[in-house]
Amino acid sequence: MPQASLQCNEAPARDPVRQVADAIRRRVLEHTLTNNGGYLSQACSSAEILATLYLRVMRLGPSTAPLVPRPFAGVPSATNPRAFTGADYNGPRAPELDRFIFSPVHYALVLYSLLIELGRLGPDALDEFNQDGSTVELIGAEHSPGHEVTAGSLAQAISQAGGIALARRLRGETGRVWVFMSDGEFQEGQTWEAFAALAHHRIGNLGVYVDANAQQCDGPMASVMTVEPLAERLRAFGAEVHEVDGHDPNALAAPAESTAPRERPLVVLARTDPCRGIERLRERAPKLHYVRFKNGQEFNTYQALLADLREGAK
Amino acid sequence: METIQRPHHGNLIRWAKDRPEVLVLSADLTASCEADGFRDAYPERFFSMGMAEQNMMGFAAGLAREGFTPFVHTFAVFICRRPFDQVAMSIAYPNLPVRLIGFLPGITTAGGVTHQAIDDVALMRLLPNMTVLECGDATDVESVLEVAQAVAGPVYVRMLRGEVPRLFDPAEPMALGRSRVLCEGSDLAVLSSGICTEGAMRATQVLRERGFSIAHLHVSTLKPFDDPRVIEAIDGARLGVVTMENHGIVGGLGSAVAELMAEQGLGKRLIRIGLRDTYAHGASRRYLMREYDLDAMALVRAVETLSGERLGLSEAALAEVRLETMRPLEKTEDL
Repeated sequence: MPQASLQCNEAPARDPVRQVADAIRRRVLEHTLTNNGGYLSQACSSAEILATLYLRVMRLGPSTAPLVPRPFAGVPSATNPRAFTGADYNGPRAPELDRFIFSPVHYALVLYSLLIELGRLGPDALDEFNQDGSTVELIGAEHSPGHEVTAGSLAQAISQAGGIALARRLRGETGRVWVFMSDGEFQEGQTWEAFAALAHHRIGNLGVYVDANAQQCDGPMASVMTVEPLAERLRAFGAEVHEVDGHDPNALAAPAESTAPRERPLVVLARTDPCRGIERLRERAPKLHYVRFKNGQEFNTYQALLADLREGAK
Repeated sequence: METIQRPHHGNLIRWAKDRPEVLVLSADLTASCEADGFRDAYPERFFSMGMAEQNMMGFAAGLAREGFTPFVHTFAVFICRRPFDQVAMSIAYPNLPVRLIGFLPGITTAGGVTHQAIDDVALMRLLPNMTVLECGDATDVESVLEVAQAVAGPVYVRMLRGEVPRLFDPAEPMALGRSRVLCEGSDLAVLSSGICTEGAMRATQVLRERGFSIAHLHVSTLKPFDDPRVIEAIDGARLGVVTMENHGIVGGLGSAVAELMAEQGLGKRLIRIGLRDTYAHGASRRYLMREYDLDAMALVRAVETLSGERLGLSEAALAEVRLETMRPLEKTEDL
């Protein structure tokens, strides 16, 4: 079974995916320091997955959304024509273009940081993170940049993506639907209902990238409720499963390279390390879900670490 | 008064014929929800989602985002209880045009507590963006799809199946937000919904013969609930108001009327006929309507309370009125 590499021994990152992934880590760490709190380990585990999706897997047009995030325009309703989604950060809708559905929206900070690195969001967009009246929310919803559906009640996005993929097939569109999920979502029964339906209806224009970091809110998944052997379970449900090192851009991109029509959903199970790139996080294990510094000394340690990471990126 | 066999079955096929955007999703209750005709006529627009309602709601949401209008068919309990979070977050929050067609309302099934939706109106009414409709006869059943399809957001429909009475002229279809005024009067306002309207019609006929002046309205739009006819009838009712519903008295028609009366400052007595904070059990519709006081006699007793008069009416006397009583469904249901 492929494992996430635990050490960062590679030569200085020249690969564009690695450069973006490292920049995501720096930005999320900086933000976590500024706000004394953040979903830091999610950045460590998922940076290469999300960067690979945007840079090498998905066919997206340029963003049609403003660099400065729009303020919240109210909840969707019959009397609110101003409501919008953040999908336009992923480009226009077109029959041949792909769609991105972001499921574990607790990773929102990671996605916002990625959009900044890619120039789809302005460099100051995180100034509005978790601010009253902003769409750059702590836990993203459909109005948040890069988001298309409201997925915070976990495991609901995969079913919605299934409906979107089915609709696109009914219309004869060639673009695919990509879903980013976390492994914790495979504890929800709805996920398995969804995979059963995707296989039954032969929905092959949908692919799922899973950040298998083996972590959840209460701690390691193995101590909370194990979902392993996840690859075998998904195969038994009819999916085409590729298990890869989730920090290796080539391994992540390879399963999606073929655009030949499929008759079953594609799953890339990306084995990841929740401390990847910020080794010091390991001393906080097993509680990695949300990082808040315990004292000034720890804060200073991470601040020095950020300075080192910035220096290394030059 | 005639009864119609399976009005939804044929109506769905006819109505959806030239509407390619209309899809049907079913959770292993296709014939039980009279959608088998649609399935056979338009197989490319029918999707079997299995016994997996949470996922079905998400698929419906995704299809609706892409411009289709999914008509989700299953029993009301399996729309409102099991996938409530999915209905709230995947469908209602984004205000998507999904039509949730819920069968076996209240005590219309012998399937017992697990199959009897006694809280569905309450659950759907409290969701922002949700429109809530209820059918009371074959004309309602045949016209509700058009009413639902004209709504931009999600709609929950309390649907009837099997043998359904024709209470209302087919030339007068259901209209959103407009109650049917069955008679006008100034002593009492009777507001009934769903299958309770037939019993209410029988009772009000006898009560009128006893000299009561009764405004009787059949309510089919439970949300939004702002029909001026309802307010007018309540305002004019000298002795008070009675609601009658095949549902718990918390959160449904009775609650909606109580809220409306309080907000409008209409200080009247209100008696809510319905399931009084209780579950029911498996038995025939007629038996349960009598056991839980949902029938014509329940309305007579409410009027006795409001008027302070003993009317001495017997069940036999009410039965004689017979607008043409529904016969109970004798066939074994597919549950």
